[in-house]
Amino acid sequence: MTAPTLVDFDDVVARFDPTLGLEVHVELSTNTKMFCGCPTEFGAEPNTQVCPTCLGLPGSLPVVNRTAVESAMRIGLALNCSIAPWGRFARKNYFYPDMPKNFQTSQYDEPIAVDGWLDVELDDGSTVRVGIERAHMEEDTGKSLHVGGATGRIHGAEYSLLDYNRAGVPLIEIVTKMIPGTGDRAPEVARAYVTQLRELVKSLGVSDVRMDQGSMRCDVNLSLSPKASGELGTRTETKNVNSLRSVERAVRYEMTRQAGVLDAGGEIVQETRHFEEQSGSTRAGRRKETSEDYRYFPEPDLVPIAPSPEWVEELRGTLPELPWERRRRIQAEWGVSDEEIRDLVNAGALDLVEATVAAGAPSGEARSWWVSYLSQQANTREQELTDLPITPEQVARVIALVGEGELTNKMGRQVVDGVLDGEGEPDQVVEKRGLKVVSDEGALITAVDEALASQPDVAEKIRGGKIQAAGAIVGAVMKATGGQADAKRVRELVVERCSAE
Amino acid sequence: MSTDLTRLTAAELAGKIHAKEISAVEAARAHLDRIAAVDGGENGVHAFLHVAGESAIASAELVDAGIAAGTGPASSLAGVPLALKDVFTTRDMPTTCGSKILEGWQPPYDATVTARLRAAGVTILGKTNMDEFAMGSSTEHSAYGVTRNPWDRSRVPGGSGGGSAASLAAFEAPLAIGTDTGGSIRQPAAFTGTVGVKPTYGGVSRYGLVACASSLDQAGPCARTVLDAALLHEVIGGHDPLDSTSIDAPVPSVVAAARRGAEGDLSGLKVGVVRELGGEGYEPGVRTAYDASLRRLEKLGADLVEVSCPHFEYAMAAYYLILPSEVSSNLARFDAMRYGMRSTVSSGGGVASAEEVMAATREAGFGPEVKRRIILGTYALSSGYYDAYYGQAQKIRTLISRDFEAAFTQADVLVSPTTPTVPFPIGDKIDDPLAMYLNDLATIPTNLAGTAGMSVPSGLSDGLPTGLQIMAPALGEALMYRVGAAFEAARDADDGGPLIARVPEVAP
Amino acid sequence: MSADSPADPTGGVISRDEVAHLARLSRLAVTDAELDVFAGQLDVILSSVARVGEVAAEDIPPTSHAVPLQNVFRADERRPGLDQEQALSGAPASEDGRFRVPRILGEEQ
Repeated sequence: MTAPTLVDFDDVVARFDPTLGLEVHVELSTNTKMFCGCPTEFGAEPNTQVCPTCLGLPGSLPVVNRTAVESAMRIGLALNCSIAPWGRFARKNYFYPDMPKNFQTSQYDEPIAVDGWLDVELDDGSTVRVGIERAHMEEDTGKSLHVGGATGRIHGAEYSLLDYNRAGVPLIEIVTKMIPGTGDRAPEVARAYVTQLRELVKSLGVSDVRMDQGSMRCDVNLSLSPKASGELGTRTETKNVNSLRSVERAVRYEMTRQAGVLDAGGEIVQETRHFEEQSGSTRAGRRKETSEDYRYFPEPDLVPIAPSPEWVEELRGTLPELPWERRRRIQAEWGVSDEEIRDLVNAGALDLVEATVAAGAPSGEARSWWVSYLSQQANTREQELTDLPITPEQVARVIALVGEGELTNKMGRQVVDGVLDGEGEPDQVVEKRGLKVVSDEGALITAVDEALASQPDVAEKIRGGKIQAAGAIVGAVMKATGGQADAKRVRELVVERCSAE
Repeated sequence: MSTDLTRLTAAELAGKIHAKEISAVEAARAHLDRIAAVDGGENGVHAFLHVAGESAIASAELVDAGIAAGTGPASSLAGVPLALKDVFTTRDMPTTCGSKILEGWQPPYDATVTARLRAAGVTILGKTNMDEFAMGSSTEHSAYGVTRNPWDRSRVPGGSGGGSAASLAAFEAPLAIGTDTGGSIRQPAAFTGTVGVKPTYGGVSRYGLVACASSLDQAGPCARTVLDAALLHEVIGGHDPLDSTSIDAPVPSVVAAARRGAEGDLSGLKVGVVRELGGEGYEPGVRTAYDASLRRLEKLGADLVEVSCPHFEYAMAAYYLILPSEVSSNLARFDAMRYGMRSTVSSGGGVASAEEVMAATREAGFGPEVKRRIILGTYALSSGYYDAYYGQAQKIRTLISRDFEAAFTQADVLVSPTTPTVPFPIGDKIDDPLAMYLNDLATIPTNLAGTAGMSVPSGLSDGLPTGLQIMAPALGEALMYRVGAAFEAARDADDGGPLIARVPEVAP
Repeated sequence: MSADSPADPTGGVISRDEVAHLARLSRLAVTDAELDVFAGQLDVILSSVARVGEVAAEDIPPTSHAVPLQNVFRADERRPGLDQEQALSGAPASEDGRFRVPRILGEEQ
């Protein structure tokens, strides 16, 4: 196959209008699978999270997971969809070894959520409203491992090995309406949509949406039409687009590739293409002899789902504040910049800081503790920030002790270390480690006087007006008190003692 | 022991076991011996595909131990032997569904029906023969050979549950379990002079019942008397959270209803005679027996009313679209990848692909009737034909339900002959699928509507049994059993004994 | 396949070619001899079941389920399943805890 001719991106958008469509599969993080009581955890030994139902054994039957249905409805509601008052699962019939029944149970033609939208914010602050066609429930397939041939690829393999742990894990497929008119921003819109959808689903707590583990997967549909032609071009569907960066690259690549084909007088074939992570290109899938006829029909083993308005409203009531709205609110409350809030989000610290503030800490201190010292500790311990064994309440207590002058910053860090090492609550650590700011003025004055006496030349300089020389005396006092004195107060005393004499 | 234990009803056997007159082990042994004597050989009944002697005795021993220890029987049928259709999964026995593609497959789990039988202390003797994946009306479509009708061993016992029905008529078991998708319990019951019940759809769990057509399949009891069927019905029936289509309601009190019916009074009950069933297309001998049955119901005090179900004439056409459609999808899982048979294929010198192995295995593993129905169903669901075939058949299904609803406003139960013919000779219809399909003319409407139906022996035509079908609304089993038991008592009284007593002795 | 496929020269409902196509879709490697038999039989059966078209049923809702149930769910609670050995117990071939199957030609859907 000859390499495709790619057209320069700017040239493409000058002459063509792209139309986008995105299909995102989200694996729910329910305790159990869509239709059986097997666990859904990632990474277990092969074929250890299976039962007669998800293995498709003869005689087995499905029963719908209520939590999965509620998760699907909550995703739909968060995307401003209507919830269908009645709907059935259908069977999508096709033979494939990773699918134990050789049909997939899917809400394909009677989706639970339809006709919604998501406002997607772009880098320049502008907003694009992406229409949501549907969100529907279905089940995941097993995983195949291809043995022999080149690097585990399906082509040239001698045989395959199948693990059905993933088979039957609940999937929600979220399909956008066609997104026209994004022009040169099509790649950015696609990426921003997936980013924001990911954040939204995460905020609902229904999936860990990890693209690297396949719990969120994206297919990109793209077509080009010559500007002002008013005609919709033929679309391709690119699969395996499994990172946010890849979403952007896949759109960009398909735009430049399709323009090349059209410029050469060729036709775009409606086909499935695969995204190649390394090259950033897409390649055509195997051409099928005939178009597949999935012979959908209503699943006789499952009864219809008819959510009552009360149930729908109850679920609507559980929707959290939208992540981006929450960010805006927090930003205003704390008075921080776009950049600072982004840093917090990237560090995974936003929830922690908010909880710390809620526990009484000033937002500035709370941010600083989590983003700097605690992030360093998480790094050293090779843990996620959220997994550190310290609560926002404990951090707030340390901040309060420092703020009240009971601890120095350095001591505060020692208290945090103690909490992280399992020595108990901050106050217990303070007590056990004997961390107290020495505030007994008499003892301090004695220490200052002793230091001045032992360094008469320095004392002389200070008395002569060289206040900056006080540092040496402060250092000596801090050393003498084992670092437990408040350095600021020591400095004040040094100056006082010298001028008083 | 002078009594032949195999001639007793399940209720009688249970009574003797629970009263410690005989042991459950003795009951099991008597039936295992009978199976050994009559089931095998050139001209044997061949009701069983698998006999589980050891586990049957072990299970019976547990029942005896319980009774000896004074803990009492686990159920009204504890210790009573039973023959299980080979379409229910069993952890300790193979489950083949009469198909080569599942030869030797031992499931890692028990069906709910199997589990309930075990919990009730019922002795499972083994697994019975059937048309492959329950598709057929003669057991000739079993991959393991035909079952012979104990009334005339050159004839079929009906199907698909011919093995279960024949085991009863041959006194190999007093109880059996069948499944009824279009008549597979009732038609063999009629053909063997036994009782067969198709409960309301959702009345007995389908979990572990290897599906033929999911929206039509229903497991049910088979026995030689109406009371025995009722006792078994109460053991296997009731809600199962593993089956989404299982009805969450108490099992109808069919045992009490059967006992009441046996008192022989049906006065005040309206029995609907379905105009569209029993006339044209039914053999003269069958019609004669049916007429006598109607007179007998009148004598019992029932009011006969004629009812019309105008859409029943389309039932068979709708059924042979819906059933194959579901079959084509349900049987897709038999693909040589995870269990069952795998054919070896030579692929022009190269390594055969999964696709080639699938197609070759399905070709070799399925019999012709299964293949026909898979192809037919694939056709009916194809995008270009869906509306005209599958979609239209589903609408007819609605109309048939409405016919039933209307009829049940005029009558408490409905009746018809169970089958248009008496048992036919082996080989007679095997090459004419359509003629075979006509066997289920009278039984199919009940499956389409999800209502209840039963067949009770009504008489003989030239020495071959005929059956009376009694149909009831969904969850209306109690009335159906009452009518069935009353009819049975009256028939037996008139005839000087149960019809089954007249089955020729199957010479070992 | 479409509704206006050329009719069988004998005037039947379904042609031998269509039956061959359906067999491929159904993963049945039927023989030529079987095709001859099936095509004839299926034609007879289809001609018979085509009767469903005689009923005027435009306004009739289809019945997909025989019971009037809806909203049957289970709680999101784990149930014991099969262990690896049980899962693989019926497998024609297995390797490293996985089902071993011949090389797969098609791609995932």
